[in-house]
Amino acid sequence: MEYIFSLEFIYLIASVTYILGLKMLGHPETARRGNLIAAAGMTIAILGTIFLYQGEVPQLIYYLIAIAIIIGTIIGWVVAKKVGMTKMPELVSLFNGMGGASAALIGLIEFHHYVGDQLSIITIIAGMIIGSVSFSGSMIAWAKLNGTMNNPIRLPMYNILNNVFLIGILAFGAYIVFSGTESQLYLYLLFFAAITYGILFVLPIGGADMPVVISLLNSFTGLAAAFGGFLYGNMVMLTGGILVGSAGTILTLAMCKAMNRPLSNVIFGAFGEGAVAAGSSN
Amino acid sequence: MTEFIDFISNNLQMIYIVILMIFVGVEVIGHVPAVLHTPLMSGANAIHGVVIIGAILVMLGAEPDNILALSLGFVAVLLGTLNVVGGFVVTDRMLEMFKKKK
Repeated sequence: MEYIFSLEFIYLIASVTYILGLKMLGHPETARRGNLIAAAGMTIAILGTIFLYQGEVPQLIYYLIAIAIIIGTIIGWVVAKKVGMTKMPELVSLFNGMGGASAALIGLIEFHHYVGDQLSIITIIAGMIIGSVSFSGSMIAWAKLNGTMNNPIRLPMYNILNNVFLIGILAFGAYIVFSGTESQLYLYLLFFAAITYGILFVLPIGGADMPVVISLLNSFTGLAAAFGGFLYGNMVMLTGGILVGSAGTILTLAMCKAMNRPLSNVIFGAFGEGAVAAGSSN
Repeated sequence: MTEFIDFISNNLQMIYIVILMIFVGVEVIGHVPAVLHTPLMSGANAIHGVVIIGAILVMLGAEPDNILALSLGFVAVLLGTLNVVGGFVVTDRMLEMFKKKK
C-alpha cells in the first residue's frame, strides 16, 4: 500500500511540473527553467514507473527496457544537439511522430489483453488511430520541411475523398469495438488505414503551413497519450496528455491567428483561396 | 442510459481531471508572445512523451515468451525515449538561442 502511495505521489509531482513548465515556457525570462522543470518531472515519473512497479517481472524485461531507454537517450540527445538551428522545427515534427508511433504500438500490443472489455477497447482503438495519424502525418511534415517533398500533391476532390476515408476508418474502428472481435488482423488493417490517412491528411498542405500542422499533430499525440492514461488508469499520462492536447489546440489556433488565417483554411485550403499563398511561399 | 451513468460514476475522478486539465491547458497558453510559439510547441511535444510510461507498463506486464509483444514494446519504449529526450534537449537549444539574441 505504501508503495502505491509513493508512486501516485511521484505522478502528482510530475503532473505539477508539466503544468508549471508549460506556464513558464510562456514567458521569455522563465522559459528555459520551465523546460528543465518539466524534464525533471518526466525523469522521476519514468524512474518511478520502473522501480516502483508491483508484480513479478523477469530480469530480461528490465534489461530490455534499460537498453531501449539508453539507446533512445543517446540517439535523441546526439540528434537534438547536432541539428542546425534552422532544422529545429522539422526535428520537433520527427520527435512528435515518434511519440505518436509509441502510442499506436501500445494499442497494437495491448488489444488482445482487453478483448471483451468494451470501454478499454474503445480507448485502445481511439489511442491507436490518433497515434498512427500523428505518426505518419508528422513524418510527412518532416519530409516537407526537409525539402524532400516540396510540391504539394493535389488530386481532384481531395478533401471529399479524404473525409470519406476518415469516416470509413472511424466506422471500421466502431465495428471492431462493438462486434467484440478478437481478430488481430482487423487491428492491423485499422493501423495501416490510419497511417495512410495521416499521409493523405498532410500531403496537400503547403510547406509554409507546416508549423501549424505540426502543432496540431502535437496535440493529437497528447490525446493519444491521454487515452493510454485512461486505459491504465495512469494519472500522469492522463494529466500530461490532456494538458498537451488542450494547450496544443490553443497554440495551434494562436499560430493561425498570427498568420491571419482560420485553421480550416490551413488544413482544407489547398483548393480554396489559400492555395496560391500556401503554394508560392515555399 | 444506465450504462452511461455507471460509466460516469465509476470514472468520476478521471473525468474531473480531464475537465480541469482542459481548462488548465487553455489558461496556460493564453497571451503567449508569438516568438515563443515554436519553443512552446517543442516543450509540449516533449511533455506528451509521457506515452513512454505506457510503453514501459506494456513491457513490465508482457509475457516473457511473447516475442512479438516484447519486440514491439521495445520499439515503443525506444521511440518514447526519443520523444522525451530529443524533445527536451531541442527545446533547451531553441531557448538558448533566444538568450543570445537578446
